[in-house]
Amino acid sequence: MTASTPTLQVAPMPTVAEIRKDFPILQQEVHGHPLVYLDSTASSQKPVQVIEAMDEYYRTIHANVHRGVHTLSEAATTAYEDARLKVARFINAPSTKEIIFTRNTTEGLNLVAYSWGRANLKPGDEVLITEMEHHSNIVPWQLICEITGATLRYVPITPRGELDYDALSQLLNEKTKVFAFTAMSNVLGTINPVAELVARAHAVGAIAVVDGAQSVPHLKTDVQALDADFLAFSSHKMLGPTGIGVLYGRKEILQAMPPFLGGGDMIREVKLSGSSWNDLPYKFEAGTPAIAEAVGLSVAIDYLNQVGMDWITEHERQITAYAWEQLQQIEGLRILGPDPERRGGLLSFIFGDIHPHDIASILDMQGVAVRAGHHCAQPIHDHYGISASTRASFYIYNSLDEVDRLVAALHQAKDIFSF
Amino acid sequence: MDDFYRENILDHYRYPRHKGHLEDPDIHYHDVNPFCGDEITLELKVEDDRIVEAAFDGKGCAISQASASMLTEELVGMTLEEVRQLNKDYIIDLLGIPIGPVRLKCALLPLKVLKAGVWGLEEWPE
Repeated sequence: MTASTPTLQVAPMPTVAEIRKDFPILQQEVHGHPLVYLDSTASSQKPVQVIEAMDEYYRTIHANVHRGVHTLSEAATTAYEDARLKVARFINAPSTKEIIFTRNTTEGLNLVAYSWGRANLKPGDEVLITEMEHHSNIVPWQLICEITGATLRYVPITPRGELDYDALSQLLNEKTKVFAFTAMSNVLGTINPVAELVARAHAVGAIAVVDGAQSVPHLKTDVQALDADFLAFSSHKMLGPTGIGVLYGRKEILQAMPPFLGGGDMIREVKLSGSSWNDLPYKFEAGTPAIAEAVGLSVAIDYLNQVGMDWITEHERQITAYAWEQLQQIEGLRILGPDPERRGGLLSFIFGDIHPHDIASILDMQGVAVRAGHHCAQPIHDHYGISASTRASFYIYNSLDEVDRLVAALHQAKDIFSF
Repeated sequence: MDDFYRENILDHYRYPRHKGHLEDPDIHYHDVNPFCGDEITLELKVEDDRIVEAAFDGKGCAISQASASMLTEELVGMTLEEVRQLNKDYIIDLLGIPIGPVRLKCALLPLKVLKAGVWGLEEWPE
């Protein structure tokens, strides 16, 4: 008998063709053309594993969580709490107590603004955000500043679409109590240096709130390395279902904060004279949560882990670099934001004087799905003196061929509007 | 594709009719589509409840601007009561193409501005 030679077991790198087989929605034609889905920045598609896990949950173990002692309720509670653990590991949070399930990024940011802001902000204090924020990281701060009398300030952006660091040095000072910023702009694609910005906030005694809606689905995230106080993101942009999001919060800060919404599950004791609050994270999860959605998110995280976040980041970098090169060659097309090596997997552009809605309609007739409008980020568009832009965004399932389809459809738009 | 951006719509988009402003308009109204930023301003001169002059200004996509251009062509001579009766189908007939639910908001913005200016009706036209 001869000993078998040990072989090195290496997981094979996934191919886009294999990944696409897991996404039933991509196997269709739109207006007679194979669908090219370039709108994952708005919402990603879901692999069959996620869809089936949610279906299975409803078929086998659904019941309300945290109350019943019957078998189904225990199974549902376990599934829900397993999802929380999965999320904590995914972003390297030290404890599941720091993982609050919300509806989406918007709700997470509102939770921080209202709950932390109302308890901590007063006239004379300053809240600092940036001009590249999504409306969900602008409007809650505007509202809370109105309520508390604090002053809202904005870090401007440079012509290249990056934060103006000279201005930041002036604006971030001892009056600043919160610095809230996006990790990746949903319009410019700009990847901000989160750890550095958090450190600068902490240096003046401010808390750092990170909008991770665009970064968490695409870049490996480690909240301990970033040292962020809060990080909000959404399931539906990372292969999971709509209706559930996550707010990571530093435990000591969460413990000191009053609740956001009141109701069931978030209380310890309710008396007619008043109530006391449940422990973390339940203090911030009033009412029956999105249980099936948590199960779906958990499986989405499995999927991302299996493919590998590093693979995803590199895949998107390649597609974005290729798309950048191709789009640059189209006469009359101008890309917003920084160079490909300093941005995530999305390209927003303006094309001659064709209105983005017209571009998107023409592309749609070629089966190419892009986003048109202000992408919930009007201040950025005001900055560039435009009312809207067209955005193509890339994810795990997109291919270089699809970039070619985008380019061909853009040439068609040019022909129709003949400029 | 050629159906959607048929020459008539592109023609109104490129060479809008009644684009500009009136001197001392009797009715002046401006509104935007919050989802996409399309803007329309409409100005009317009215005599004996009848529109005698119409002008629009605005910016936005081909559908919204062509819709405004076509609508202003039809308005002159119309009574204010007739304006109240105008509906979604009227605009779709004018444009002459089928329009999905999202682009419908673009197409109907000029009618919304018209109805709000004349009758104070703030809802999107049914």
